[in-house]
Amino acid sequence: MSEPILSIRNLTVEIPTRHGIFKPVENVSYDIHPGEIRGVVGESGAGKSMTGNAVIGLLDPPAHISEGEVWLNGRRIDQLDPEEKRRIRGKEIGMIFQDPLTSLNPLFTIGEQLVETIQLHLDVSASEARERAIALLDRVSIPNPEVRFDQYPHQFSGGMRQRVVIALALCSEPSVIVADEPTTALDVSIQAQVLDLIKELAKERQVGVILVTHDMGVIADTTEQVTVMYSGKVVESGTTDQILGAPTHEYTRSLISAVPRPHTKIERFPQVSYGGRETVFKIEDLARNWEKPPLSTEGPLVQVQGITKKFIEAGSIIPSRRKYFTAVDDVSFDIKDGEVFGLVGESGSGKSTVARMIATLYPVDGGKVWFDGEEMTAMDAEGIARYRRQIQMIFQDPFSSLNPRMKVGDIVAEPLLHHNILDKGNVGPRVAELLDRVGLSKDAHRKYPHEFSGGQRQRISIARALATQPRFLICDEPTSALDVSIQAQILNILKDLQEHLGLTMLFISHDLPVVRQMCDRVGVMRQGKLVELQDTESLFAAPRTEYTQELLTLMPRLEQISG
Amino acid sequence: MLSYILKRIGQSALVLIIVGLVAFSMFRFVGDPIDNMLGQERTMEDVERLRAQLGLDQPFPVQYFKFLSNAAQGNFGVSFRQGRPVADIIAERAPATLELAAVSAILAVGVGIALGVFTAIRRDGFMANFIMSASLIGVSLPTFLIGILLIYVFSVELGWLPSFGRGETVKIGWWTTGLLTESGLKALILPAITLGLYQMTLIMRLVRSEMLEVLRQDYIRFARARGVSERTINFRHALKNTMVPVITIIGLQLGAIIAFAIITETVFQWPGLGLLFINAIQFVDIPVMAAYLMMISLVFVLINLAVDILYAFIDPRLRVSA
Amino acid sequence: MNDTPISDSAAPSRVRRALDSDLFYAFRRSPVAVVSTVVALLLILSAVLAPLIAPTNPFDPASLNLMNGFTPPMEPNAFTADSFLMGTDDQGRDVFSTILYGMRISLFVGFAAVMFALVLGIVLGLLSGYMGGWVDTVIMRAADVQLTFPSILVAMLIFGIAKGITPVEYRDQMAIWVLILAIGLSDWVQFARVVRGATLVEKSKDYVAAAQLIGRRPFAIMIRHILPNVLSPVLVIATISLALAIIAEATLSFLGVGAPPTQPSLGTLIRIGQGFLFSGEWWILFFPACTLLALALSVNLLGDWLRDALNPRLK
Repeated sequence: MSEPILSIRNLTVEIPTRHGIFKPVENVSYDIHPGEIRGVVGESGAGKSMTGNAVIGLLDPPAHISEGEVWLNGRRIDQLDPEEKRRIRGKEIGMIFQDPLTSLNPLFTIGEQLVETIQLHLDVSASEARERAIALLDRVSIPNPEVRFDQYPHQFSGGMRQRVVIALALCSEPSVIVADEPTTALDVSIQAQVLDLIKELAKERQVGVILVTHDMGVIADTTEQVTVMYSGKVVESGTTDQILGAPTHEYTRSLISAVPRPHTKIERFPQVSYGGRETVFKIEDLARNWEKPPLSTEGPLVQVQGITKKFIEAGSIIPSRRKYFTAVDDVSFDIKDGEVFGLVGESGSGKSTVARMIATLYPVDGGKVWFDGEEMTAMDAEGIARYRRQIQMIFQDPFSSLNPRMKVGDIVAEPLLHHNILDKGNVGPRVAELLDRVGLSKDAHRKYPHEFSGGQRQRISIARALATQPRFLICDEPTSALDVSIQAQILNILKDLQEHLGLTMLFISHDLPVVRQMCDRVGVMRQGKLVELQDTESLFAAPRTEYTQELLTLMPRLEQISG
Repeated sequence: MLSYILKRIGQSALVLIIVGLVAFSMFRFVGDPIDNMLGQERTMEDVERLRAQLGLDQPFPVQYFKFLSNAAQGNFGVSFRQGRPVADIIAERAPATLELAAVSAILAVGVGIALGVFTAIRRDGFMANFIMSASLIGVSLPTFLIGILLIYVFSVELGWLPSFGRGETVKIGWWTTGLLTESGLKALILPAITLGLYQMTLIMRLVRSEMLEVLRQDYIRFARARGVSERTINFRHALKNTMVPVITIIGLQLGAIIAFAIITETVFQWPGLGLLFINAIQFVDIPVMAAYLMMISLVFVLINLAVDILYAFIDPRLRVSA
Repeated sequence: MNDTPISDSAAPSRVRRALDSDLFYAFRRSPVAVVSTVVALLLILSAVLAPLIAPTNPFDPASLNLMNGFTPPMEPNAFTADSFLMGTDDQGRDVFSTILYGMRISLFVGFAAVMFALVLGIVLGLLSGYMGGWVDTVIMRAADVQLTFPSILVAMLIFGIAKGITPVEYRDQMAIWVLILAIGLSDWVQFARVVRGATLVEKSKDYVAAAQLIGRRPFAIMIRHILPNVLSPVLVIATISLALAIIAEATLSFLGVGAPPTQPSLGTLIRIGQGFLFSGEWWILFFPACTLLALALSVNLLGDWLRDALNPRLK
């Protein structure tokens, strides 16, 4: 094997805080060879990004390297002064950030930003720099590079911007690129293209790439070497096949076991027990006094017929001059009592808008929704109030779905009090029971949401949703903001809800493997339209439309994972 | 772009019409204009004649329209107190205020931006901290106290500069200027500093906080990751982005300078519009108040319009989407 | 992410929680914040307790002795041998006492004006941000138009109009209330804009959607859910506004369009004192001016610190 171009030796980063010294990175070592892509994987807070920042000398004070060495092309770089470090940045080490929307200066054309970087590191004339820049844009597959050269970042889509960011990182032909979650903000189809580009460029230019990610699928499809981090430390390093196929460390094993499998459906996700206490939730106990009034019809619980939603894009006093954007276009489907119905699609496909229309958060601009044989879209205020007891929703972002200024007990009690199910004096035991059943500690009701982690907050959301004993639960990307181990836990609770309480669910997700694990039937949405609707297993086995086929091929294969 | 500017012009016109309504309502309903103009000794015929002459017997919208069209032609009626046409009084006083405001604005904007950038870049430096602390005293020090302090030091104790008035002025057409004589320039120094200092501290603090905000953005981090030097980051990338929001506020501050001129003019007995206005308030001289209001809102609206248009030129996002 | 609860112990009381908060920790660590709070509290306290502290009641004609006029500070008067901490003015009033009483007026006007602006601004800002549509358009256009005009000018104008409307015999009596109205009305825009901006952010968060889904009425959502979450920027603006309102009151009174001579505020005292600057009786101006500066500066410093402390990104 060739000499490593970048070598990290026993790196430790310290941040002094009010409560003592915090070490986000502790004793971390790994190497990068030319043309090699090393995945650094771990859950949020594992210190993987901080390591990357330390390597290129972009730690935000007061964080600093307290121990260890970083060697680049045989030269030690962690002790260089700031000016020397700056000269290495961009020239020898490039960087790609997560969010392409904020990585480019909005007031300069991309050409100006490219030429600036090229001239900074290479001794070339302005016209030569321009030529190089255009060639680079061409190389990262930007169509019409000559025209695009003079455009501003806001004229590019997210995926295109990330290509520009990659071009910028490649400007001076660096030997190493640190890519920090480069595709997390992108849709799957764009994600695949960008990852392919990074793979090609690494081979073609013999650049070593540190690919920081939380996504096992990205690791499986893109990297050759993997380093697994947990709470600041490296727990395991090895080739991708070895780490995914035969992990030796207990943490890696539990982490990989929690990754949803794209190709087989399993009953329950294995719980990640490493490092923390196992959370016990007792949904079946709720079933004992769960009231479930009989339905008034035999038909589907929810019927959606031709619903449409338009948003005003450009307002005007004159109606004919207003521009509309059709977010949801004539969508129809049924959800049977007790089933989990999935809606998948990329961002902007309208799947969340459908959910919010059914939840009455958005009025419909056309079409009808029936719930248990009653037309919800034609109900009076009293009918809507009754309807709202029957449906509840779990949201994507656990940090914004709970009011930070309300105690958890009050949050869970609010629906009970509002619907006059219980009065103030009697609500306490019920709230305590709900919180206990989703596995939260006894004193949880006295605390505020910020005292809980993302997974715990999502469980508080579930407790709130269960308070009115609803029949129908809408889950809008309930786990996409969570780490994979927490995701497994939340998905298990949702499965319990269906099994023990007989809840009907609308499950919105962009993540196909998760959908396969969760749903009985799946609808695929694209640009506001429902393009395909099938039983889950038939959809994965034999997709009927080209678009679904394409989505399936973009799914990470994770073939290396055994079992 | 064109539709954006047209929209702005439309909004400006709307503001002027609303302000006109306020000014007219003042004129019409605050006190009785007839009472104010005729005093105690009057006959019923006098009252009727004046009422017809002022058009007060006509319906409100007609009166308002007349008021607007008169105002547009520079006719604001007659001062209750001085008995002269308000337009003449304003023409006489305007140059003094405009010269004072212009000099102060240049001082405030120029020094304010420079100091703001300096304190943002050297945010932890000794000088920057010192300037920031001093600026808080500046913000807490009312304009009139600054004026009194300067008068005490430079006029009373040192006797270097005059404590009141404009000094000698030169007439160029109807415009009188104090910028061409030594005594005029000397008389300008203290009022200009007094008026500019407060706005300068505000602009400085604003530029600093906006620039710090910009320096935290991802594209600045990314520029750093590309190896762009701190100097280029500060003066090329960050400064331009800082100026986008700052320009709006500076526009508002220029308006504020004209308003704060009232205070400075009172302290220094500067014979400008502000002094005229404050006297008008004390004596409830409604035509002068109304005219001042109209005049000054025209200036404000023009400044804001200029700022909005400038804004569109700086920010490409606005240029394309509009 | 660590999925275990941060603490299993019983939740501490509200006071313990406040004393243990990062904000209070930062407060203790900042000498500027502590000193300015102490100074501001001392000034406010001495204004409130003025009748107990002040050596004389400057508005009681019986306690005045014209012979005591123009007594310099800490020097016995040539005729009466009375001595005054900060001297006396032309009518023999004790400057220290007039300052204490003047500060009462200044602070009362300042607090009342800020409260007025705050309530008005919060109500309009919440409505504007949460309701959107034409409510938002009307309120924000009005705010824009008013913002075009500097607040001190708006205050003067309102004062001028109010003066025109009130009959002459009530003018002095009404002056304080007119002043509060004028300063308050000129300042609501600040609050409304900040509250609206924060409301727009909060409104898009899912906890509001969750409350809507439960079926809470818009009014309940605004008051119970959104309001508590937009208060911290309001606190910062209120503090800075208090300093600005005190300065605005002083400025208006200094210009003679504020507190009347029968109820002199700090600004009125400075206006009176300015007349004696050239003749050498500096103390009549100097002490009120210093008090005003100390008051404005301490409140400003506190507001400035609060803004930085509540905005963690600025650290």
